[in-house]
Amino acid sequence: MYEFTYIKPGSLPEASDLLTRHEGAKPLSGGMTLIPTLKQRLSQPSHLVDLTGLAALKGIALVEGRLEIGAATRHVEVATSTVVRESLPALAALAAGIGDPQVRNRGTMGGSVANNDPAADYPSAVLGLAATVHTDRRSIAADDFFQGMFATALEPGELITRISFPLPERAAYAKFPHPASGYAMTGVFIAVTGGVVRVAVTGAGPGVFRWTDAEAALQASFSPAAIAGLEVDATDLNADIHAPAAYRANLVRVMALRALETLQTSSKGQ
Amino acid sequence: MSQVSLTVNGKAVSVDVEDRTLLSSVLRENLGLTGTHIGCDTSQCGACTVHLDGRVVKSCTVLAVQAAGSDVMTIEGLAPSHDPSGATLHPVQQAFSECHALQCGFCTPGMIMAVTGLLKDTPDPDEQQIIHGLEGNLCRCTGYVNIVKAVKQAASALRA
Ligand SMILES: Cc1cc2nc3c(=O)[nH]c(=O)nc-3n(C[C@H](O)[C@H](O)[C@H](O)COP(=O)(O)OP(=O)(O)OC[C@H]3O[C@@H](n4cnc5c(N)ncnc54)[C@H](O)[C@@H]3O)c2cc1C
Ligand code: FES
Ligand code: FES
Repeated sequence: MYEFTYIKPGSLPEASDLLTRHEGAKPLSGGMTLIPTLKQRLSQPSHLVDLTGLAALKGIALVEGRLEIGAATRHVEVATSTVVRESLPALAALAAGIGDPQVRNRGTMGGSVANNDPAADYPSAVLGLAATVHTDRRSIAADDFFQGMFATALEPGELITRISFPLPERAAYAKFPHPASGYAMTGVFIAVTGGVVRVAVTGAGPGVFRWTDAEAALQASFSPAAIAGLEVDATDLNADIHAPAAYRANLVRVMALRALETLQTSSKGQ
Repeated sequence: MSQVSLTVNGKAVSVDVEDRTLLSSVLRENLGLTGTHIGCDTSQCGACTVHLDGRVVKSCTVLAVQAAGSDVMTIEGLAPSHDPSGATLHPVQQAFSECHALQCGFCTPGMIMAVTGLLKDTPDPDEQQIIHGLEGNLCRCTGYVNIVKAVKQAASALRA
């Protein structure tokens, strides 16, 4: 690791100020992605601004029919929260499947969404549920937030403060985890919110994306049969040592079918 | 440089470290607690697992400054946390010994800290819960069979 100065501010305005004042400053949340990156000397921040002491980035609450989760909320808190398990069980189940217990005890929702790893789990829920990403400057719709591999609408120094999820009638997530890391080789989040079906896919492409063919098919008939015959175009999908693009293309349909299966065995997903 | 104060195995300690220093380095190098092993240093293997404020973490992926003010327990503190006289092993250590849940022993301290964390959340885990609960810990020797056996034995000892 290169040298840096660590600061743990006590308030959001102080954190925002530090990040705008020091061009080389970076926010630090759970550190589960950033610290490994620093160890590899792939990044050289002048300052690390620790967000985990900020009350404004904490907490899980139902507010006017939406589920609001602070950016510094750890994966384990989402996985075990009674509020999340009752109002949006698919999100609790997704969080319980991230990485391993040690990672879930440190990693946070804001860090994962800001990082937008193409194989991360949360982006599929944020996009599939058409959630809103709130920052210290503005609110960004999920459809505008994710912009491809590790790219987001965030400006330099801009901080995610919380994410606001509408409550779906039904939602489910299914992933084929990478056997070593747990990251999604392919993960599919299906949600029906206000009668509208959305299908978000992570792990398969250079960034999270919506499978619009499946959305249209499920909108017409919400059943496994509706998508069982759909082909996914492998042209732009990821190919690496773990799986070729055609394998991931097939996984998209298989994971979508598994998510639908979950929905048929429980009314709200699991 | 920062001065970091924390509690390690029940004792208050204070160390002067660079901001980039890892918690695992403080434990091993400043405090001489070499039971916390470094297997990969890339957040994969779990050999460096300790309890931070009662939760399992990979100490190679936590900065010492992030742990300021926290309570840390390492493998050295585990037996005394159960029996202050230090005369007996913790039930998880005892079960690992009796079930032959180790061969070279390199993964063992991290594995035992992860198991004690798992059993706090899930006192009576089934096989799938044990496997899922130890996903963050790699063992290159045992094939995990006896580790799973030891977790079941430790779980019933702790519930007794
Ligand atoms: C072994 C291992 C396995 C893993 N498996 C999975 C998995 O299966 N699925 C999965 O989805 N993830 C997985 N992860 C990643 C994990 O979920 C991380 O926690 C997550 O990607 C980053 O969150 P963090 O809080 O640790 O962020 P950090 O590492 O602290 O930060 C990540 C990035 O986001 C920025 N940032 C952090 N917070 C904010 C904010 N509020 N606003 C703006 N920018 C911010 C930081 O500057 C940094 O660039 C794994 C990680 C490890 C080490
Ligand atoms: S040494 Fe920390 S996870 Fe391997
Ligand atoms: S006993 Fe050798 S690595 Fe586990």
